Amino acid sequence: MAGIPHDHYEPQSKGAKWLHSRLPIVGLLYDTLMIPTPKNLNWMWIWGIVLTFCLAMQIITGVVLAMHYTPHVDMAFASVEHIMRDVNGGYMLRYLHANGASLFFMAVYLHIFRSLYYGSYKAPREVTWIIGMLIYLAMMATGFLGYVLPWGQMSFWGATVITGLFGAIPGVGETLQTFLLGGPAPDNATLNRFFSLHYLLPFVIAGLVAVHIWAFHTTGNNNPTGVEVRRGSKAESEKDTVPFWPYFVIKDLFALVVILAVFFAVVGFMPNYLGHPDNYIMANPLSTPAHIVPEWYFLPFYAILRAFTADVWIVQLVQFLSAGIIDAKFFGVLAMFGAIAVMALVPWLDTSSVRSGRYRPMFKMWFALLCVDFVVLTWVGAMPTTGIYPYISLIAAAYWFAYFLVILPLLGVFETPTEQPATIEEDFNNHNATSAE
Amino acid sequence: MFRKITISAVSALVLASGAAFGEGAQTYVHDIDFAHEGVFGKFDKNQLQRGLQVYTEVCSACHGMQFVPIRTLADDGGPQLPEDQVRAYAKQFTVVDAETGEDREGLPTDHFPHSGMETAPDLSLMAKARAAYHGPYGTGISQLFNGIGGSEYLASILIGYEEAPACAPEDVSGYYNTAFPNGGVPEACKDEHGVSTVPGSWIAMPSPLSEGLVEYADGHEASVENMAEDVASFLTWAAEPKLVARKQNGFTAVFLLALLASLLYVTNKRIWAGVKGKKKTS
Repeated sequence: MAGIPHDHYEPQSKGAKWLHSRLPIVGLLYDTLMIPTPKNLNWMWIWGIVLTFCLAMQIITGVVLAMHYTPHVDMAFASVEHIMRDVNGGYMLRYLHANGASLFFMAVYLHIFRSLYYGSYKAPREVTWIIGMLIYLAMMATGFLGYVLPWGQMSFWGATVITGLFGAIPGVGETLQTFLLGGPAPDNATLNRFFSLHYLLPFVIAGLVAVHIWAFHTTGNNNPTGVEVRRGSKAESEKDTVPFWPYFVIKDLFALVVILAVFFAVVGFMPNYLGHPDNYIMANPLSTPAHIVPEWYFLPFYAILRAFTADVWIVQLVQFLSAGIIDAKFFGVLAMFGAIAVMALVPWLDTSSVRSGRYRPMFKMWFALLCVDFVVLTWVGAMPTTGIYPYISLIAAAYWFAYFLVILPLLGVFETPTEQPATIEEDFNNHNATSAE
Repeated sequence: MFRKITISAVSALVLASGAAFGEGAQTYVHDIDFAHEGVFGKFDKNQLQRGLQVYTEVCSACHGMQFVPIRTLADDGGPQLPEDQVRAYAKQFTVVDAETGEDREGLPTDHFPHSGMETAPDLSLMAKARAAYHGPYGTGISQLFNGIGGSEYLASILIGYEEAPACAPEDVSGYYNTAFPNGGVPEACKDEHGVSTVPGSWIAMPSPLSEGLVEYADGHEASVENMAEDVASFLTWAAEPKLVARKQNGFTAVFLLALLASLLYVTNKRIWAGVKGKKKTS
C-alpha cells in the first residue's frame, strides 16, 4: 500500500496460509496497521483517531439510547426523561451522546483546518479531501436530525427553520419542504423519518470513513513539511517513515485519552453547557422561542446564511439580474451551501506549488485570519440580528469567500515560498538528534 | 446566602452601547452558593426535604411535575425520604388507574400530577430550562466560572418581586419582578430605542412566598430567601435527580483517564526514544 516500499504480511503457519490463499484479510489488516507513516507528523495529526473513536462512541451509545426512546410526538420528550431518570446509566448514555456530538464536531473542525494549513488537500490527495467533505456533510445532517429527536422547543423550531431553507428554493421549494417534513409542518411523520435517517446515516459515515482511510493509505499521509516520502527503495523510505504500529498508535492513543479526560469532565460536571435550555421545554407549535439558535457546530454556516439580508448590495444585484428568482432568503441558502462548496473545491482553487503552509509566509497570515474568521462566525451566529451584529456577520462571511475564491488563487502567483527541506528525514533530524540506531 | 448580585444580560460595555448590540433588558440574578455546586457538590438532603415542603404547600397549588416519579423521593442523592413517608406522600393524590380506568389512591410508582392550572408551566425540568445568564455576549463564560444557572434563576424569581417602578402606569397587567426577563414592559418604562429602563419585567404569577408561609419541621427560619433557596434546590434535584451520581462518575472517569494518560505518555516516550535519540539542545 501507499506505493511506499515496505514489508508485507507473509503467512507462516499452515492454517494462516490456508486462509490467506482464500481471503487475505489478515494481510489487509497487517498492511493497514503497519503502513509506513512519515515520522515527522505533529500533534495535529491525532484528530483522525479522535474522530474514529467519536463515530464508534456515537453509534454504540446511540444504539442503546434507541432501545429506550420512542419516536412519537406525544411520547418522545417523556421517553428522553425516562432515559434520564429510570434507565440504568441512562443519564450518562444521553449526556455522552449529546456531548459526543460536540466533541465530534470540534475534532472535525480541527482536522479540516489542519488539512487546510498543511495543504493535505493538494494533489494527489484530492479524493481523500472530497470524501472528507462528504463525511462532514453527512455529519451535519446526522447532527441536525438527532437534535430534533428529543422534541424540545429548539428541536421543533430548529426543524422548522432548517427545512425552511429548502422551502426557499424557487419553484420546487415548498413541495420539497413538505416532502422532507412529511407534511406542512413538523409533526409525527417528521419525527419518525428523522429518527429513521438519524439511525441510518452513521453507517453511511462509517462506509465513507473506510473509503477515506483507503484513499489516504493509497497516497500515503501528508506531513508537516508537505514533502513526499522517498519511494526509490525500501531502505530509502524507511529513513522517512516509521510503521503506524506501535509508533503512532501509542502516540494517538495518548492524545485521545487526554482529550477524553477533558470530555468526561464536561459530561460529568457541565453536561448542559453546550446545549440550549429551551430544549428542556417540550415542543410547542404555538409558542415560538425568542431566539432560535442552532447547536454551536452549525453556527459558522448559520451566520453566513443570515449575513446576506435584502439590504446588501450584492443580494439586490443578484435579485435584479435573476429577475427576482434569487431573493434574499434563497441567496442566504446558496451562500451557506456555497461556503462549504468553496471549501470542498480548495484543491483546485489553491494555485501554489508548495504544499505546506509552513513554507508560505503570506499564506500563513491569511490562514490565521481565516481561523479568526471561523471563530467570529461561530460567535456571531448565536447573536441576535440587530445592532452591530449583521455587519460583523457580513464582513466575516465575505472574508470566508474571499479567502477561497480570491486570496488562495492569487497567493500562488504572488507569493515567494521559503526553502523546503529536501526530505522528511532532514526535517525530522532538525527537530531531534540523529537517529540512535 | 447571597454572595453578590450579578447584573445579567447587560454588562458595563453594553450599557454604553446597549442599542448597538441590541441586548435585552437587564435582570437581577443572585449568585447563591448551593450545596450541589462544584466538583464535589452534593444536594443537601435536609434542604431538599424543606424544598419539597414548600413545593407541596405552595407551588403545587398551580404547578405540576409530570416527569418526576414519586418513588424517587427515596433515592440516594435526593431528599431520601423513608419508604413509608414516600408511600404516605403518594396517598394524598388521586390518580386514574391506567389498567382499570378507575380512581385510586396514589402509589410511589406514580408520577407527580400535571399542572392544575393551564397557564402554570410544569416544573419537572424548569431548573434546566432556564439558563439565568448565558453571557457575556452569548459565550456562557459567566455561567462557566460563576456557576450561575437555573437554580439561581428560580430563587431569584421568587425573591425578585418588588414595588412597580414609578414609570409604570397603574393598570399594567401582571406583577413586577426584577429577575424575570421575558415578560412585558410598559411603553412608559422604555427609552427612545425601545429598550427597557427598568430591570426585569412583568410576570403573570403573583408573588407566591411571604414571611413564615410554611412551618419547617426542623425549626429552620421560614424567611422568603430561605424558602426560595430551598425550593430552588428541590427543583434542581427534580430536574437533575442523578446529579450526584453523574459527578461521581465524571470524577472517576477523569481520574482513571489521567492515570492511563500518564502511562501512555511514558510508553510513548520510550517507544520513540529509539527513533528520536536525545533532544537537541540548540
